[in-house]
Amino acid sequence: MFTKLAPVWLVAKRELRDQFRDWRVLLPMAILTLCFPFLMNEFAKQTVDFLNQYNANLILDRLVPFSIMIIGFFPITVSLVVALESFVGEKERGTIEPLLSAPFDDWQLYFGKLLVGAATPLIASYLSIGLYLIMVSRQNLNLPSPSVMLQLMLLTTAHAVLMVSAAIVISVQSTSVKAANLLASFIVIPVAILMQGEAVMLFWGNEQVLWLGVAGVMIISLLLIRVGIAHFQREYLLGREIDTLNVKWMWRAFASNFIGGAVSLKDWYGRVLGAALRRIVPAVFVVVLIAGVSLWMSYDWVIQNLSETVALASPEDIQKLEERVRELPDLSNLRDHLSASSLFLNNTRAVTVIFLAGMVSFSVLGILFYMINIGLIGGVFALFQLLGIQPLPIFLAGVAPHGVFEIPALMIGSAVVLYIGAALVTPQAGRSMGEVILELLADWAKIFLGLILPLLAVAAVVEAYITPGLLLRVIGN
Amino acid sequence: MIETHDLSKQFHDFMAVDGVDLSVQAGEILALLGQNGAGKTTTVRMLTALLRPSRGWARVAGHDVVKNGHDVRASVGVLTEQHGLYMRMTAIEYLDFFGEVYGLGAPARKKRSDNLLEYFGLAEAAKRRIGEYSKGMRQKLALARAMMHDPGVLLLDEPTSAMDPESARLVRDEIARLKSSRRTIVICSHNLTEVESLADKIAIIYRGRILIQGTLDDLKRRVLGAPEYAVNFAEPRDLNGLELPQGMQMLEKTASSLKVRVEAPEESNPKLLEILSSKSVPVVTFQEEARTLEQVYLKVMAEARGGGHVH
Repeated sequence: MFTKLAPVWLVAKRELRDQFRDWRVLLPMAILTLCFPFLMNEFAKQTVDFLNQYNANLILDRLVPFSIMIIGFFPITVSLVVALESFVGEKERGTIEPLLSAPFDDWQLYFGKLLVGAATPLIASYLSIGLYLIMVSRQNLNLPSPSVMLQLMLLTTAHAVLMVSAAIVISVQSTSVKAANLLASFIVIPVAILMQGEAVMLFWGNEQVLWLGVAGVMIISLLLIRVGIAHFQREYLLGREIDTLNVKWMWRAFASNFIGGAVSLKDWYGRVLGAALRRIVPAVFVVVLIAGVSLWMSYDWVIQNLSETVALASPEDIQKLEERVRELPDLSNLRDHLSASSLFLNNTRAVTVIFLAGMVSFSVLGILFYMINIGLIGGVFALFQLLGIQPLPIFLAGVAPHGVFEIPALMIGSAVVLYIGAALVTPQAGRSMGEVILELLADWAKIFLGLILPLLAVAAVVEAYITPGLLLRVIGN
Repeated sequence: MIETHDLSKQFHDFMAVDGVDLSVQAGEILALLGQNGAGKTTTVRMLTALLRPSRGWARVAGHDVVKNGHDVRASVGVLTEQHGLYMRMTAIEYLDFFGEVYGLGAPARKKRSDNLLEYFGLAEAAKRRIGEYSKGMRQKLALARAMMHDPGVLLLDEPTSAMDPESARLVRDEIARLKSSRRTIVICSHNLTEVESLADKIAIIYRGRILIQGTLDDLKRRVLGAPEYAVNFAEPRDLNGLELPQGMQMLEKTASSLKVRVEAPEESNPKLLEILSSKSVPVVTFQEEARTLEQVYLKVMAEARGGGHVH
């Protein structure tokens, strides 16, 4: 094992030596490491004085952890610069070819670059946090609990790994440092949004929620590393000299994958779409399993958390609820409010959102949306039960008729997204990342157009014209 | 040794290398000639297992470039078109790094780098950062890197470019020494004089295809025809009725000189000398007309561009 890891360290060691001889990397890192703890400390003092006037204790409690997260983040921004130019910079300077010609395995080169990209900024980041904690401990501010501290350190590490692994993917795929820097927005903007979300969790969430955040960021970081290794090809680094967007080739590759040599619509449905569906069969099984877990989780959550609330509801509360229900559109007139086209568009939008969210997160966010959609059924089921309403007849009449078309469509749409995510993180020998993505997009388009849209269309017609009548009969009874 | 069959590389719609067949044995030097963008670098990159062939196969030092890329890279020393030097390192650090990459132990690395730096005249500058080196010094250091692990196969792209004549001579001598120690060497070069002096075999590549390959003599004969000889006399003579031996063709005739094309010089030239001697013609010089690789190259390229047939 050590002999396999030695080359990783060799690559990293050379880069580290280079870094420590480059004042353009060292100076900003030193400034970010040493200055921001003082600035943040001053900011915290001013904020504490201000908030103390209003007894805003909760915000005060969360201020130090928030500051730690920010202080930890600044030095790791340098990692982006280092990692972005890791491969493409060497390519521009002409040093990549001797390195690629050396007897390194791809993963050894990749991890060497990853290690050096993340290690130095992370050490700077930990130093900066340490410095800030010393300052905090000398004032009348509470230090975060060990558990929160662990979360913050893990988040800082995950941020660094996330940015470095994403930057290396960009660096491998770019043909110039300039292009890589331009593409860095695709890292900076999502990470900025992510940090805002984490800040929200930190201020208003609880520790459990933050743990979920930590887990999410770490999963995406690991997936990005996997993508980086899967698509790291020496050939790609040397095969292209300039960035050319060959739209003609892209269209041809997509179209030939989409049509798959079919001679008729029947042939396309039978052979081409059939083959695409066979490829996603394992993903369908996983998605069905996820559906079961989501249903159970949401059902259990509602039963566990809302039983007491429902039991404590006074007759007045129930009366208010009934009045509000009466204000809702009359169920018998539901058809006037629902149209097949709006239902169809709504469901199509849901499947598209799952696809788009999945595409930017290696299926993680897409599957999360899917879980929420499926989980709603379990939650509502449990709520009916708590309110003393028999849920099964309502579900059989209100969900099942169109659900037999809509739910499989949702599941298949999510399974394709899961399949795309898995394929992206799987090594594809001899094929560029572009070729893989085009093939996956063609698979998604085949299944979306050939199966999901027809299923959603049938579901929308049933939901608009059959379900309301059935539901009315059940509720009437 | 290096062997390729139908070696091809396609980048999307562009065929960079198309059906290249090569065979270079241990102790042989093959020169790949061609314009910029002809496919030389792509061929070399496939031979170093950096690019995966789209078609065909290649074996380098007994390893398949697709199946055993790692072993191929460990057996090959490459001098790339760009030197690929780390400017913040010193020459000692640089050679030590690559020595370690190729699995040499610390004492072996030290000994080998000291020898190479000494040989290439870089010992005095060994502790200076490479960024301070001249172009020629960088080229020599890059060559030293390619030879650091004493590889059995060397792929050298323009090995003497940017070097002063003395250094270029040094490099040529080293290449000749490596050849005599049974290394397999491929050189890509635009310096045709250098190729003439070093290469055992020459291959001319154009738009990804090998137009012609063989030894220098073979190429000259196939492209420029049979060798030509000029015979000069000390004083004018009447040569009417002179009968040339079989396989000899008269190209020019004056009272004091002859120019002939000879299919088999070993057989025909002594006979011609005999005939001239029997006629008491005072021959002063009898020499082969100089025909260079440059003439071969230019003719081959002109025929290729004109769509003409290459021999």
